[in-house]
Amino acid sequence: MLHCEKLTCVREDRILFKDLDFTIKPGEIVQVEGPNGVGKTSLFRLIVGLSIPYAGNVNWQGTSILNDRENYYQNLLYLGHKTGIKPELTAFENLQFFQKLQPSHPGIDLWQVLAKVGLAGYEDVVTAQLSAGQQRRVALARLWLNDCLLWVLDEPFTAIDKSGVKVLEQLFIEHAQQGGIVLLTTHQDLSIDKQLLTKITLQKIEDDFYV
Amino acid sequence: MFNVFFQVVNKELKGAFRSQSDILNPVWFFIIVVTLFPLGIGTDPALLARIAPGVIWVAALLAALLSFERLFKDDFIDGSLEQLMLMPHSLAWLVSAKVFAHWLLTGLPILFVSPLLAIFLAMDINTYSALFLTLLIGTPILSLLGAIGVALTVGLRKGGILLSLIMLPLSIPILIFSTLAIDAAAYGQSYLGLLALLGAMLVGAITLAPFAIAASLRVSVS
Amino acid sequence: MWKWLHPYAKPEKSYQLAGKLLPWFVVATVITFVVGLVWGLLFAPADYQQGDSFRIIYIHVPAAMMAMAAYSTMAIAAFIALVWQIRLAEMNIAAIAPVGAVFTFIALVTGAAWGKPMWGAWWVWDARLTSELILLFVYLGIIALYNAFSDKVLAGRAASILTLVGVINLPIIHYSVVWWNTLHQGATLMKFDKPSMAPEMLWPLIIMIIGFATFLGALSLLRFRNEILARESHRPWVSALVTEKLEGGK
Repeated sequence: MLHCEKLTCVREDRILFKDLDFTIKPGEIVQVEGPNGVGKTSLFRLIVGLSIPYAGNVNWQGTSILNDRENYYQNLLYLGHKTGIKPELTAFENLQFFQKLQPSHPGIDLWQVLAKVGLAGYEDVVTAQLSAGQQRRVALARLWLNDCLLWVLDEPFTAIDKSGVKVLEQLFIEHAQQGGIVLLTTHQDLSIDKQLLTKITLQKIEDDFYV
Repeated sequence: MFNVFFQVVNKELKGAFRSQSDILNPVWFFIIVVTLFPLGIGTDPALLARIAPGVIWVAALLAALLSFERLFKDDFIDGSLEQLMLMPHSLAWLVSAKVFAHWLLTGLPILFVSPLLAIFLAMDINTYSALFLTLLIGTPILSLLGAIGVALTVGLRKGGILLSLIMLPLSIPILIFSTLAIDAAAYGQSYLGLLALLGAMLVGAITLAPFAIAASLRVSVS
Repeated sequence: MWKWLHPYAKPEKSYQLAGKLLPWFVVATVITFVVGLVWGLLFAPADYQQGDSFRIIYIHVPAAMMAMAAYSTMAIAAFIALVWQIRLAEMNIAAIAPVGAVFTFIALVTGAAWGKPMWGAWWVWDARLTSELILLFVYLGIIALYNAFSDKVLAGRAASILTLVGVINLPIIHYSVVWWNTLHQGATLMKFDKPSMAPEMLWPLIIMIIGFATFLGALSLLRFRNEILARESHRPWVSALVTEKLEGGK
């Protein structure tokens, strides 16, 4: 269970949001909405512990994530704007690295995973030579690979074609049905059942002062 | 745990060998800088032998400085750094692996080309062995210290010069102890004490620096 | 202990406390400077070897000592900032660093000026001067790093880490320089350390050291208050303070 408690984010003297409170339970798919610059990415970076909140806490299973990072990261998969894929390595080598360092489904076949994301035949190509969409697919292939409860995905559909989006949506639903949590931002309309999908809307703060 | 260390080193080395020019550049730079000195001040062997330790060590410092950018910068840009920070392993341990790989790629080549420079600068064998030992112990300390500097500046747009400003003063003791040891060797004195001091600094750096690097990365990548 | 300290971890309270302390520091500085300088420069006896030129000791030694003291304060603040994540401690570092750098600079310049009649050269690679020069480099690195971050919260944290790395390194630097110096030039230098100093020379020096300490305190408090205002400018108490000042001025 992920619980955000009175989160306040200040970046370069601008208040992005303040006193944000919400709880996400296993089995939920949560979409964070809001116009550009409202702090969606900043919120996600707070949730995964890359940034430290100005005030407030992010708790995972009741303990603050900053106190027990290694346990939290056993359960976390984060994909940000940057793919985290090394351009000098092949798709296979990239995935292999993540497979060995992160909790992964036992006995999964990397070749099959790459085929699933439509990269069959590209396994041994250096990722620098792949297109932007293909590089993102390499990163997204980690979703099939990992064994984490909590997925935090910042704009996962960037540069992904329509059929790819369909496949991913299906994967999110399966993950939620197995008791996982999917937290994502996207500007696309999701064709996920309303009952499964929760929305959190961030709003622009008009005055930048604490009152 | 050692498997994790090995995986990180393995990934780093693979990536570096795919883009070969990257690893060789600092070594070239090192050789060229050392070559400039005889050209600049004359070729008197006695004079060259006198200044050799200082020249080689300053050149090694500058070469190390050049190579530091790539320790975290590329990873920062393509996002693998933030992924590394989200791994369920101690960040200090992971960055130790990265620094070790970096030393293999930049410190070790300097050790390999050092005999060549010893000949260039008219060093005798006793002095050279002292030079080799100080480089062997000193360059890992440089890598660790430099990694702190890079970790602090990696998020900044113009971190390059700043990195040298904060790192060079901190590396002065290594320069002093190393050149003193080589000088002692040149005069036929024992330099074991100085080597032991360098060794103590290396142990201190290995135990403390990874935590400073990890803490700095948590600041820079946010 | 933490119970009574805790209110001062609030920026507003610290700002007020610093404001209350500031005049005392200023008064102490003025008094000690007047007494110390007049005594030291006019009434203390001249040195039998160095003549009147030794009197620069009344600036050089206090400045050098306070340059070190400023760094120690920063290191303590950095430790507090990193362990207990108290932002005021980070502001403290940002406030003191430039003052410390200036004191180091004063120590260097007066040291060089002292060196001229002593050694016949403006700059000699003396261990103490070299250490001070490196201390100046370290200070400038911290200030440059702090200014390079546009987000001041991150800047404060980065500066704290660098300060702590520096404090571990500074003693090593100092001893390496001392050692380097004794091996390279050894006996050619004159030694400053006299077995004892005549009390009529020592008293003005002690007064000047106290004066520089309160001067350091006063400057730091001033900068600390500014730093709080700048960093807390989006808080209501700061805007209330500004409107109060504006109305008071009418």
